[in-house]
Amino acid sequence: MRTVITRRLLALIPMLLGITFMATMLMHLAPGDFLDQVRMQRDVDPDYIERLEQEFGLHNPWYVQYFLWLSNVIPWDLRSDFGYSFHYKVDVWELLGQRLPATIILSLTSLTFAWIIAIPLGVLAAIYKDSVFDRISSILAYAALSIPEFFLALLALFFAARTGLFPLGGFTSTEFEFMSPFRKFFDIVHHLVLPTIVVGIGSIASIMRIMRANFIDNIRSEYVTTARAKGVPEGIVMFRHVFRNAINPLITAAGFAFSTILSGALMVEIVMNYPGIGHLVFHALLQQDQFVVLGALVMGSTMLILGNLLADIMLAWNDPRIRYD
Amino acid sequence: MTREKGIFRQVLERPLGLAVLSLLAVFYLVALFADFLSPYETSDQDLQKTYHPPTSVFWKDGGLHVQRYELAEPQEMVYRKIEGEGAPIRFFASGYEYRLFGLIPAERHLFLVDEPDRIYLLGSDETGRDNFSRLLYGSRISLSIGLVGISIIMVFGFMAGGLAGYFGGIWDGVTMRFIELVMAIPGLYLLLVLRSTFPDHLSPAQIFFLIVLILSFLAWGGTARIIRGMTLSLRNRQFVLAAEVLGQSSWKIVWKHILPNVFSYLVVAASLSIPGFILGEAALSFLGLGIQEPSASWGLMLSQAQDMKVFMLNFWWLLLPGAAIFVTVIAFNVLGDVLRDIVDPKQKFLSR
Repeated sequence: MRTVITRRLLALIPMLLGITFMATMLMHLAPGDFLDQVRMQRDVDPDYIERLEQEFGLHNPWYVQYFLWLSNVIPWDLRSDFGYSFHYKVDVWELLGQRLPATIILSLTSLTFAWIIAIPLGVLAAIYKDSVFDRISSILAYAALSIPEFFLALLALFFAARTGLFPLGGFTSTEFEFMSPFRKFFDIVHHLVLPTIVVGIGSIASIMRIMRANFIDNIRSEYVTTARAKGVPEGIVMFRHVFRNAINPLITAAGFAFSTILSGALMVEIVMNYPGIGHLVFHALLQQDQFVVLGALVMGSTMLILGNLLADIMLAWNDPRIRYD
Repeated sequence: MTREKGIFRQVLERPLGLAVLSLLAVFYLVALFADFLSPYETSDQDLQKTYHPPTSVFWKDGGLHVQRYELAEPQEMVYRKIEGEGAPIRFFASGYEYRLFGLIPAERHLFLVDEPDRIYLLGSDETGRDNFSRLLYGSRISLSIGLVGISIIMVFGFMAGGLAGYFGGIWDGVTMRFIELVMAIPGLYLLLVLRSTFPDHLSPAQIFFLIVLILSFLAWGGTARIIRGMTLSLRNRQFVLAAEVLGQSSWKIVWKHILPNVFSYLVVAASLSIPGFILGEAALSFLGLGIQEPSASWGLMLSQAQDMKVFMLNFWWLLLPGAAIFVTVIAFNVLGDVLRDIVDPKQKFLSR
């Protein structure tokens, strides 16, 4: 197992090199660069633009820029430098660090929300298979999988505006700085409710479907027949025997959920003006703020690959029959 | 793999399949006849009637009339009915010129009213354009993008997956590593990076094909992997070995022996990605990076609904494009599941 993990982690390196190389190339195929907006202003001194070009290394061909970036990133002296945001004039790592908490909080709340709702629903749908409840919940799951996330976010904003129950997007209120700690906490929670529901709904459907399918598979197995034949009450059969077995594969789903923690809420963040990583990346792309995009890509892709690895490890840990080597 | 009936017949025999196919048939007919069915062009503005609510229709003097409204409160954009007043609806009347199916010049429309009255079955937007007409024209994009997309995916998915599975070796390694690379990047990030590579101002047709190509690039990997897996298992079957012994060329074997055996899987695997195309285009257009004004697309129409005015003053009809996307995507999801149940009932190769 240890060799497998090492191998997979080592495979991460060429993968990230490939991704960042590709991304740099693509961003340089794009027309114009970050300084276009500066050049558009007539009264800007050409010397100043020249100086900026020198400072950001924009006169170099893109592959030179890439290798310069790469040599800064590789931690020769134990610290990597992911470059500097053209737009915000801060270190990329610092910028990403500022936006990270908002995105992680949203991911965690929406995951918790999804699991709390989806598991009981999936269990009930499996126990009462083919009943009205099962039909309705599977239709709802279908609906949840088919609704565009940004449309759901719009509906949530519409709801917030019509009822006035929730704030219209954002992470905190404008007067956040002047609140007592307790009020601050409440303010963040208040802002989180709608984004959490919107992001969570999509995963509810998929977790519920997995749970239902696993549960039904386990109900059909022989140990259930044995338990029933012994006269074990149906409730204990379901919850002590079937449930414990059926929940196992969902542990893998947790690994996959981990992989989308940073990039899963992109559209919702943009629509609901939620200041997370997705929001940052979108605007950085529009402004051709390339080091921010590269930094976010490295982070997002690492999480995706680590998440998949985590899922595989947990699967093997959970089921000793699985061998990867 | 021999089947007595075609896939199409089998879909029709299932109630869910029949329902979904009829729904989609109606949608496609509407999209095809969008010019005939819609009273106004997508760019036809009326700045006197912005954010107009859906007009009601009543019966008077032996004909249908469309209710006339007055702007009661210009600040709040509240329109009030003028009791008893209306304009007669003319059926099969001549309006703006168009080409039916892009070929036949025509000017008849299903229904129209005389200027300056306007018929807004589903309200109007911020420049007084007819939401109903734009919804119909927008359906053309959402309904065609998936079909164009899966044809691309099928070709590339088969070429990459089939050849990787059949020849193996370096070709297999390179293809699979490349697919892994693409799949390791969060999808929406890659979508945005790829889109930003191209200039903003392109013709509508160019933008459409650009979006299809980008979305296909994101989606072909999954299909290629499935086809590769199947080809690997077919590769050592008797009939393939026999063909090799007989000295048939590799191309001929892939074309004549592998393709027919994986074809139904190829179709279904590709069709499972149709919803992804529809949602991808809608998201890009919503962000202003896809279809551009004055063309209509459901995603683009929704981006207008992002205005605070729309929320505060309850212009709910501007959210209808979202409902349209939703229904279309559900239909394709159900169709994909029905097809998968028919082709791969045990879900050995095609899982979601």
